[in-house]
Amino acid sequence: MKATIEITDLNKRFGKLQVLRDLNVSIKKGKISAVLGPNGSGKTTLIKCILGLVIPDSGDIHINEERINGQWQYRNKIGYMPQIANFPENLSARELISMIRDLRKETSSEIQLATEFGILEHLDKSLKDLSGGTKQKVNAILAMLFNPDILIFDEPTAGLDPVARLHLKDCILEERNAGKTILLTTHIMSEVEELADEIIFLLDGKIYFQGSVEELKSRQGEENLERAIAGILRVTGSHNVKVNHPVLKSLTYA
Amino acid sequence: MLKILKYSFFDVLRSRWSIIYFMFFLLITTGLLWFSGNVAKSIISLMNVVLAIIPLMSILFGTMYFYNSREFVEILLSQPIDRKRIFLGQFLGLSLSLILSFSLGMGIPFLIYGVAVSAEIFDFLVLLLTGNLLSLVFTALAFLISISNQNKIKGFALSILIWLFLAVVYDSIYLVIMAFFNDYPLETPTLLITLFNPIDLSRILILMKLDISALMGFTGALFKTFLGSGTGSLLSITALVIWIGLPVYAFLKLAIKKDF
Repeated sequence: MKATIEITDLNKRFGKLQVLRDLNVSIKKGKISAVLGPNGSGKTTLIKCILGLVIPDSGDIHINEERINGQWQYRNKIGYMPQIANFPENLSARELISMIRDLRKETSSEIQLATEFGILEHLDKSLKDLSGGTKQKVNAILAMLFNPDILIFDEPTAGLDPVARLHLKDCILEERNAGKTILLTTHIMSEVEELADEIIFLLDGKIYFQGSVEELKSRQGEENLERAIAGILRVTGSHNVKVNHPVLKSLTYA
Repeated sequence: MLKILKYSFFDVLRSRWSIIYFMFFLLITTGLLWFSGNVAKSIISLMNVVLAIIPLMSILFGTMYFYNSREFVEILLSQPIDRKRIFLGQFLGLSLSLILSFSLGMGIPFLIYGVAVSAEIFDFLVLLLTGNLLSLVFTALAFLISISNQNKIKGFALSILIWLFLAVVYDSIYLVIMAFFNDYPLETPTLLITLFNPIDLSRILILMKLDISALMGFTGALFKTFLGSGTGSLLSITALVIWIGLPVYAFLKLAIKKDF
């Protein structure tokens, strides 16, 4: 299986904190890969390195065998849905979409997507008047608008209502079946079991495990994915290694 | 870049703050013109308003805009477009909409009053130009401050401090120096000190055009005697353009390397 995204020896440090340490990973073409890991393990930083939002200290990122460090043209192959959606207040969703379309010079399918997500009647409202969930839907639409080969979702279902959540999951599966490469982060294990073809488990800036859900379960000897992951964290002690504050420490070990 | 410029221009132009800014200049200009009944006097009064309010509003508005658009910048950065163009587009979009609000707010009453056919048309144009240059200078400073400070509160505090320093404190320091070194020839140091303050430069630019010696002060008189109005004005404008160029350049340098 050929990899779409190939990352070699990636390092990133924010001040004193080494977030990514010599990270190596290949993200497979046409699969849904879920990046998992405790808070602060470097999930978002990894995604942002791929997008060029965060500039790595060292290491290479190749997309379709093309080195992308410092480039920007490659981003026309990527759709990105960030964790928080915060748009220019005084534009409408339609104007926002046409702005991005102007930038990408590609054809888009906003009417179809807006209908599917049920926000067609909100398209002409000022973005500051939209609710958080509706903004998140606009956010999801922006990611899928141009039919990109690679889709990156950072906690996509947070803040969505159950219907939209279900629809987004269907969308993700549909895109995968159409041959797209999908990368997502989430803390909801049922979603991982439903969606992920592959788990990339990050711990302290390194890949701790890469494989299917079944492989992870059998490796940990657990029936349940949530327990398998909790097991990893317990063994490595990583759920409390970062506690250095005296008061917090006493609370943790009390 | 033009596309980013276009959209951030319209975004800002539709905001409440732009309308307040526009109304402020509209009302104050109308009031001054009709109550004083004299274009020359109104221009002098407006000069003081322009020199204080435009730097303050531009630097605060710029800082606010930059921090507010942070998440949206992430979406823009994930699009196939060069970083430099995104940030340059945002800077120009914001400063042009500030310039438009100010120019229309001050320009409409003057035009209705008939400035176009009066003897003071060039004085008015110099005031307009100065206001526009100041908008660019202080928006550029605001962007530079915001990109170098992750912390919003710190950024705002620094913006207000810089405005306070350039608008108020600078002149006091300058006066103290003048009083202290009274016995020495102060021409060259004074000229140099002025070049480092865009607000002082703007004041001199307007006063040299108005040619009111009583208001010109020591520096203004120096500019005029040493360089003559023409060269003096040219020097002031050049210095103001550098005051725009340097912060924008530093801002873009930082923007290219920044992690979002």
